[in-house]
Amino acid sequence: MKLVMAIIKPFKLDEVREALTPLGVQGLTVTEVKGFGRQKGQTEIYRGAEYHVSFLPKLKIEVAVPGDLVEAVVEAIATTARTGKIGDGKIFVLDVERALRIRTGETDDSAL
Amino acid sequence: MPQVLNLMTTEPKPMRTALAKARGAAALLPALLLAGPALAQDAAPTVNSGDTAWMLTSTALVLMMTIPGLALFYAGMVRKKNILATLMQSFFLAALLSVVWMVAGYSIAFGEGGAYFGDFSRLFLSGIAANWDAPFSLGSGDGAVAFTIPETVFVMFQMTFFIITPALAVGAWADRIKFSALVVFAVLWSLLIYAPVAHWVWHPNGWIFALGALDFAGGTVVHINAGVAGLVGALVLGKRTGLGTENMSPYNLAFAVIGASLLWVGWFGFNAGSAGSAGGRAGMAMLVTQLAAGAATLAWVFAEWITKGKPSVLGAISGAVAGLVAITPAAGFVLPVPAVIIGLVAGLAGFWGATALKHWCGYDDSLDAFGVHGVCGIVGALLTGVFAYGPLSGTTADPAGISGSFSQFMIQVYAVAATFVFTAIGTFILLKIVDVIIGLRVTEEEEREGLDVSLHGERLG
Repeated sequence: MKLVMAIIKPFKLDEVREALTPLGVQGLTVTEVKGFGRQKGQTEIYRGAEYHVSFLPKLKIEVAVPGDLVEAVVEAIATTARTGKIGDGKIFVLDVERALRIRTGETDDSAL
Repeated sequence: MPQVLNLMTTEPKPMRTALAKARGAAALLPALLLAGPALAQDAAPTVNSGDTAWMLTSTALVLMMTIPGLALFYAGMVRKKNILATLMQSFFLAALLSVVWMVAGYSIAFGEGGAYFGDFSRLFLSGIAANWDAPFSLGSGDGAVAFTIPETVFVMFQMTFFIITPALAVGAWADRIKFSALVVFAVLWSLLIYAPVAHWVWHPNGWIFALGALDFAGGTVVHINAGVAGLVGALVLGKRTGLGTENMSPYNLAFAVIGASLLWVGWFGFNAGSAGSAGGRAGMAMLVTQLAAGAATLAWVFAEWITKGKPSVLGAISGAVAGLVAITPAAGFVLPVPAVIIGLVAGLAGFWGATALKHWCGYDDSLDAFGVHGVCGIVGALLTGVFAYGPLSGTTADPAGISGSFSQFMIQVYAVAATFVFTAIGTFILLKIVDVIIGLRVTEEEEREGLDVSLHGERLG
């Protein structure tokens, strides 16, 4: 089992979700996050007072998948979330030790 | 009251609604609709239902400017941790100052008194029972001004001005003033600064009234007064902790847009209501109010677009308020084209006041009470002396009215300077007194935590 964690541009969420569903992904978690990478921040001006905002809004999606699905999932996210411009985000893949579906008590792959 | 004679009720409407010119002085009240000098010997003044209906409506509009208009306008510009505290300032002042006005404010502002101060004859609105449904007459003798509305309506209308003025000033002190200090200061300031200045400018006995200075709806009394008090308070309080190093961007400018829009609409009550009646002058006041607000918005937005690169929403609403402030003293005196000129000048002046002036001078006027209300109040007061169109203030006794001229301009300069100096010194003294007794400023820890939690024990979201 792996956890695929991706930081993407917010407006790309629907495309990513549509690309993942046919692969057999049963669910995912989305969080609104802020952060910085190579993309420069933005300058905001309020009545002449300038603020440089270096943390930009992004979405973090987390999807736990059986090991054999990882490559397809990573590929799908990378393809759909890409605009080619700086700030497209990153994908991380982590090992998952255990999983458990709370309602039924199923564990590991059958819980995903 | 031999001199307090009204026009006959059978007078044609345009004559009846002509604003009074006080005898022997070029001064005008915001609300004088009928001439003091005798014009009809036998007609008793009567309450006019149309005028009264408009003044009741205007009163509600002006209260709406403070709650929720100003409350939202200011709250939208502060950080999230101070939004409730900022809303509370306007809301609580509306309640507090209503009672203070009844207890003593009205008497000090509109009691007969002398040139500088009313009197204590109307404490607790004493005497209002006797004439509650009779037409109101302000002052006595030659200069008295007769209305076609009952005194209750005059009291209420003026109360809403009494409420909004300190509420405007506190914008300069946002994020750091202690609520208890604000409450005590607001009572003292309203009674000892606002009420006397209102007496000077709007009571026929007042010395600025007698001087002949023009202030239709409160350029000096409300906006310069509030702006200067805000400036002095900002200097006494010192800067917000973290200014210049921390991000102090507004949390919710949508609140501010709603607030500014309510201010704009409410301002029709403020300015057109200051005609004191429903007639041609109220109509012109409303028209020029709209035009100045529009022109000032354009000026601010384009100035910002050219110099900073983007036309901001905050710039647009700030520009509208700048124009509304500047047209306030001029509303019942000027025609549409001068109103647009006043608006354009005010938009640029406000932009300069809020973006350049305060940075040069180094004071922290948090929400630009002085930068917008002070600066544009001065612009409007001075330009009223330039652009006044006589017939608008003409009466049957003096059809020529008061027109703009160099001498009128100099009278305006004098009135502005006097208000500025009196308010600055008086505000400074009152702030120092409150600082000694209560302390004006929250602790740095409370300021960092945010006033919502530290002063009110509540949190937004």
